[in-house]
Amino acid sequence: MSTATEHPTYNYKVVRQFAIMTVVWGIVGMGVGVLIAAQLVWPALNFDIPWLTYGRIRPLHTNAVIFAFGGCALFSTSYYVVQRTCQTRLFSDGLAAFTFWGWQAVILAAVVTLPMGLTSSKEYAELEWPIDILLAVVWVSYAIVFLGTVKNRKTSHIYVGNWFYMAFIITVAVLHIVNSLVIPVTLTKSYSIYPGAVDAMVQWWYGHNAVGFFLTAGFLGMMYYFVPKQAERPIYSYRLSIVHFWALIATYMWAGGHHLHYSALPDWTQSVAMVMSLVLLAPSWGGMINGMMTLSGAWHKLRTDPVLRFLVVSLSFYGMSTFEGPMMSIKTVNALSHNTDWTVGHVHAGALGWVAMISIGAVYHMIPKLFGKVQMYSVGLINTHFWLATIGTVLYICSMWVNGILQGLMWRAVNQDGTLTYSFVEALEASHPGYLVRWIGGMFFLTGMLLMAFNVWQTVRSGSTVKAAEPAAQAA
Amino acid sequence: MSAFWSAWVTVITLAVILGCAWLLFATRKGEKFKETTEETVGHVYDGIEEFDNPLPQWWFYMFVATVIFGLGYLMLYPGLGNFKGLLGWTSANQWEQEMQHAEEVYRPVFAQYATLSVEDLQKPENAAGLKMGQRMFANNCSVCHGAAGTGAIGFPNLTDNDWLYGGEPATIKQTLVNGRNGGMPAWSAVLGEDGVRDVSSYVMTLSGQEAIPGTDISNGEKQFQALCTACHGQDAKGMHALGAPNLTDDIWLYGGSFKQIAHTIRAGRAGVMPAQKDLLSEDKIHLITAYVYSLSNK
Repeated sequence: MSTATEHPTYNYKVVRQFAIMTVVWGIVGMGVGVLIAAQLVWPALNFDIPWLTYGRIRPLHTNAVIFAFGGCALFSTSYYVVQRTCQTRLFSDGLAAFTFWGWQAVILAAVVTLPMGLTSSKEYAELEWPIDILLAVVWVSYAIVFLGTVKNRKTSHIYVGNWFYMAFIITVAVLHIVNSLVIPVTLTKSYSIYPGAVDAMVQWWYGHNAVGFFLTAGFLGMMYYFVPKQAERPIYSYRLSIVHFWALIATYMWAGGHHLHYSALPDWTQSVAMVMSLVLLAPSWGGMINGMMTLSGAWHKLRTDPVLRFLVVSLSFYGMSTFEGPMMSIKTVNALSHNTDWTVGHVHAGALGWVAMISIGAVYHMIPKLFGKVQMYSVGLINTHFWLATIGTVLYICSMWVNGILQGLMWRAVNQDGTLTYSFVEALEASHPGYLVRWIGGMFFLTGMLLMAFNVWQTVRSGSTVKAAEPAAQAA
Repeated sequence: MSAFWSAWVTVITLAVILGCAWLLFATRKGEKFKETTEETVGHVYDGIEEFDNPLPQWWFYMFVATVIFGLGYLMLYPGLGNFKGLLGWTSANQWEQEMQHAEEVYRPVFAQYATLSVEDLQKPENAAGLKMGQRMFANNCSVCHGAAGTGAIGFPNLTDNDWLYGGEPATIKQTLVNGRNGGMPAWSAVLGEDGVRDVSSYVMTLSGQEAIPGTDISNGEKQFQALCTACHGQDAKGMHALGAPNLTDDIWLYGGSFKQIAHTIRAGRAGVMPAQKDLLSEDKIHLITAYVYSLSNK
């Protein structure tokens, strides 16, 4: 029914722009990450300059990797996927261009204001209210472009990848607007409209769903297109995608309270959050199974195709961190893991292993097609990048597991008189080797990104333009 | 919470969990194939097709298990609105039980030293008691006074045998139990900036430092005698009853440079030692007293 007979002209300009900026912001965000990791090993590296201190540039790192790198990857791939799977051009070229320039403006504003120390102090929502308003306007424009394109589709159904992208776009709009409601005092200072424990609950409802919808649902949308496309195999199970989609978006919404176990949050909120987090395990794994099993019959391609390797390994890390997450939400486990480096390791299993790796795979898939080339400049460099990224991620996660469990055990150790065995500083000293290993892991990952930038640059400027590799011809 | 919000929470929570379960079972019931198949559902998107494979069995059972666990947990623990759960557990009563347990286990450990005097606790045979005092100091006091008790600006050094309120065991214990509020008034309005500089310069000479050029020491001394001696004493050696520091030694709570002294005189200081009586038991305070005493009575 959806066999393409004519070839619509897609808007690839905005896709290209976002794809290139994915690489650029990836290097910036991960570079800042490597710097703050180094500061934890060698504290003198803030050079006593206020805007280089850990407290100010850590939010710059998180904003840059999540919203600049991850955001650009999502914009780029969603615009690419929605056009190709709906076989229609973007709803509005003008509005799409606005989302690109608007998003870059938001990022630049973050790069300036966060090191200045201007912050709302809400994690992953640090930007002050004028930037929040710009972000909201850009996001609503994004929703209009995406939903409008889906509405104009030439196919009868909506592809599963687009369900996930739509859930991500709509939910992030709601999360951002509700959590950012403030009373402005000056242009650079505001106060949340929510009091005390309610503010904490709203913040972590937002914070966890930023993970759930921005970093999971959005990237599952990406997965559902690029994995079958790169493997040239059908999706494993349509039925599985239905169940895990609806169950995922229904349960994720209520899991945020697990960030506030054993806090002033009412007991019932913590229980509901823990139960929802556990029920979330199977729906999360549904995406991993559907991606992995799509490869059955095509496993041999992993031997020759490093892009496919990126995609498959990202699914492994996704499966691992979505198992770890529900486990950490169990209150007795959380009593040990909370506030330790284990949490940091868990986040990076998702951020490096899943989000970054699948984005990198998707960008490598798209770049030759977007710029009309046969393939990337160097497949060997993609392979090198793959190994650097994988080793870097493993070093990062393992060192944080060791540190996290070490810290959790040291903090709770008591003498026979009930006093604490270790002071905080002793636990910090014991964490030093782990911080060094984590920094080395980060260096591996960043080096891979630099190779990617070189590879992309060489691909874009090379002369071997090929028109024949255009898309819809394959979609017979 | 009100009955409405309780119902709201209960209905949404159960609807989400049971809705997932319904979708799971309905999808499984509607499966066309029970084994792995090469049949697709017929859609094609940009060349991508979808197989009509059944839900993996192990995954189906795992999903069912989490749903059963979740519903069971919500029966036993508070979660569904105002329903308290069958176990009657709350985080507050768990905390109370743990504290009670700790009290039972640890009270005898501390009580065995309660009848010994602070001086007796310094003896080698009571080293274990003093060690406990040290650990409690590390847990409760070192944030301000430092791990070794050597203090910091604004927080007295406890090892130098120079005391603001006195170093007798009873006085140290008094400081711990009820806390202290040190008040140095601000004098800028009375003295003016020149007066502040004159008095500061004079105060420096009290501990043998050089006067600052361009200041009037004799005016400084005159003002000092008029305004400062009430607390710091005629001889400037301080007064334990008021916690007024000795100004003739080279020990400074807020720093002994001209700039720091001038700031102290100009803007005043307000030092606070928090009272520990509601935080720590009497027996614990007794051991901490002995440890603090030991720092300057080796």
